[in-house]
Amino acid sequence: MTTAAVASAGQPGAWMGALRVGLIGSAVALYVSLNGIVPIFHARPLIQGTISLGQTALVLTFLATGFLATRRAPPGAAMTLATAALAGAASGVSLSVLLLVGQLAGIDVRAVFIQASPVLYEVLTVGAGEAGFWIPIAAGAIIGTAAGAVSLLPRRFAHPLLSGLLSVLIVGLFASILRTPMLGGPLQGLARFLFAADGLTREGAIIAFAGAVVLRILWPQARLRERAAELPDAQRRRLIVPLIGLGLLFVAVLPQMLGPFFAHVVAFVALYILMGFGLNITLGLAGLLDLGFVAFFAVGAYTVGLFTSLSELGLFTGSPCLALWDGFAVCPQYFWFALPLAILLAMAFGAFLGLPILGIRGDYLAIATLGFGEIIRILAGSDLLLPWLGGPQGVINIPKPIDAAPGTPLAGAFQIYYIGLVCAAVIWFVAIRLRDSRLGRAWIAIREDEDVAEALGVSLVQTKLLAYMLGAAFAGLGGAVFAGLIGAVFYTDINLFVSINVVALIIVGGMGSFPGVVVGAIFLIGLPELFREFAEYRFLFYGMALVAMMVYRPGGLLPSRIAERELHVPEAAERPDPGAVPAGEPAG
Amino acid sequence: MTPLLVAEGVTKRFGGLIAVNRLDFTLEPGAIVSVIGPNGAGKTTFFNCVAGFYRIDEGRILFDGLPIHELRRDHIAHLGVSRTYQNIRLFANMSAMENLLVGQHHHLTSSWIEAVLGLPRVHAEERMAHEEARRLLRFIGLQGRGDTLASNLPYGDQRRLEVARALATKPRLLLLDEPTAGMNPAEQQQMTDFVRRLRDELGITILLIEHAMRVVMGISERITVLDYGEKIAEGTPVEIQNDPRVIEAYLGRGSQAQAVGQAAVAELPPVPPVPSPGPPAG
Repeated sequence: MTTAAVASAGQPGAWMGALRVGLIGSAVALYVSLNGIVPIFHARPLIQGTISLGQTALVLTFLATGFLATRRAPPGAAMTLATAALAGAASGVSLSVLLLVGQLAGIDVRAVFIQASPVLYEVLTVGAGEAGFWIPIAAGAIIGTAAGAVSLLPRRFAHPLLSGLLSVLIVGLFASILRTPMLGGPLQGLARFLFAADGLTREGAIIAFAGAVVLRILWPQARLRERAAELPDAQRRRLIVPLIGLGLLFVAVLPQMLGPFFAHVVAFVALYILMGFGLNITLGLAGLLDLGFVAFFAVGAYTVGLFTSLSELGLFTGSPCLALWDGFAVCPQYFWFALPLAILLAMAFGAFLGLPILGIRGDYLAIATLGFGEIIRILAGSDLLLPWLGGPQGVINIPKPIDAAPGTPLAGAFQIYYIGLVCAAVIWFVAIRLRDSRLGRAWIAIREDEDVAEALGVSLVQTKLLAYMLGAAFAGLGGAVFAGLIGAVFYTDINLFVSINVVALIIVGGMGSFPGVVVGAIFLIGLPELFREFAEYRFLFYGMALVAMMVYRPGGLLPSRIAERELHVPEAAERPDPGAVPAGEPAG
Repeated sequence: MTPLLVAEGVTKRFGGLIAVNRLDFTLEPGAIVSVIGPNGAGKTTFFNCVAGFYRIDEGRILFDGLPIHELRRDHIAHLGVSRTYQNIRLFANMSAMENLLVGQHHHLTSSWIEAVLGLPRVHAEERMAHEEARRLLRFIGLQGRGDTLASNLPYGDQRRLEVARALATKPRLLLLDEPTAGMNPAEQQQMTDFVRRLRDELGITILLIEHAMRVVMGISERITVLDYGEKIAEGTPVEIQNDPRVIEAYLGRGSQAQAVGQAAVAELPPVPPVPSPGPPAG
């Protein structure tokens, strides 16, 4: 039923609409409660002593329900509030029923839903005990009404308010990451003022809120973008160069401030960015769905592992270096020697795996490549290759590429942070050059229609093989960085989830879009790493993000130019135009 | 003069269906020849055999004396055969310009390594390719619209862009599969003139499938008629209009129908040549 239809059906229709939204909200609220998000996250405060993350999940559910209900509300402020309140109250009903069943009636819900614990009941009743079964409905109604009220506010009030709330949520979630580096330095006092052991202090929450509100109000007035556009080119360049320099400096200094854990996470993101760029060529540009991408990652990781490992599996353990001239020697066990070989070997594997599947298209291709990925995984762990790859023991004792003492700025994960980011930047550049080349056009053409492309003289064999090989090369580089980062390669690292992660980050970022790969990797790889304690729910959020993405932003977070055009086709162009522009008439 | 395209006893079967049956066909260089016939007569199948989309079951196809019926599509394209499609098959999500650049693919030589290194040679070649694409856009009257997404172009422009993309491969033989399908008479007239310009100005031999009799009779120097995969007639437009077998194939047997049909076909005036409305090429 459309909005107009609901409105014309009069008030009963509107109430039914609100109830329907409320029931969906109710189902969501019950789901997040029973799957454990609410009780488990209750242990972690968002604002110390005020609200926990678990409670936040419920509040967000109620708020969203209220907002969605107002969209279908009949005109008038009172009606909007009433609709939102009704929807909010309805979304609390399932929780109240749960309380009635689980607490008052004493039925053991926990026998089925293990998370229906006393903690959950305590969260839902805000500690009021058995008599508090009505609280979810009341809370839903109040929060729903609040959402309705915000929706009635003019934008210049509503936007700063929402920015403030969002800021509290984000700063609260990242509190421990922000707090750790501050504790060691001169900002220690500030850290204790803003952050509690977990989450924000009340003062910190107020400051985060107020800061975002002020920024949101001032930002449009500053009109930085417009002002920059008004500047003459030379002057803008004089501004941009130092800004880029500052940005680079910031990126360079950041891990030193935030510690090795942060460096490790970013290095991990960087290696997924490398793989993402690779698959973005195979899948995003050439349209060849490769679900066995982990195979090339494995080749890169094992090559670097076997070349540089100091364990008995290392191919060159103890072999002499070739002294070229004073103070400069080439050692086969150097990371820098193994790196190009890893890339070349991955490329060779790309060609090797690509050849038999040249003629396969679409869904069949996905299954065939899936098979390849599994073959490589099983081979890596097999008894057959045990003497060389170590089987379940893996290749261990891989030294870091740069020999740096602990405590120095290049120690451990720090150097991989820099190496990973530099590799990602170089590969980004290479990928863009490739995309804009004759080969890149041929890739896009075979994605669009490979029969037509071939009939225009594009060699499918050559073009597809190059797509597999170059994609594999980038993934091999990612694997090499992985070996250096972790210091060991186990066959369990070579699994289907790596391939799926890469496909998902490309879809979330935007198929065929290179900045999209970066954003997708940060969202799908970086954030889950930072929230390790929620690891159990990783794939739940993952799935939710993917579904939401496909529904609301099918082009991805940062769609490629092509996808953007594709999704915004003017309606007029769809049908054949009888009044076509005659040949020779200058086009408008 | 040696013929540009020769088909000798070409047969193509799909299971029990014989789509093209022992077809002999010869095409002189510089000619404009139409293939006509009722629906399902095997016209497009024959095109697909020539362009390498289908493998023929019997016979052979020679292009400029070379057997091409066993070659891959891209090799056939390299030899100088290019085609358009009955249902427009542009690269819908690429711009008009990019469509034309893909068409030039095999005339460009820079490798991906050179492209990554950004050698001056690559830049020079890309500039030339873009210049050529702009020239083709002007030729089809789409100058300045190069950045438009192919699928956003009006129908008639898409048809012309598809022809231009085929031209970008610098073909010697152009296969046009129903170039005026879905067009009104004015647009059909434009397309007819355009096709004639291709031959007159660029010297390209043209083989086309067409249903619109006005176009066929107006443009063709010779016509080949297929029915049930077999060639039933061949000749000049006037000969074809008066051929009883052709009329029977189109209208069915029966003297009255035949007489009416003959009159109907004969009445169609050949389209007179019109001065080309487009700017000259180059």
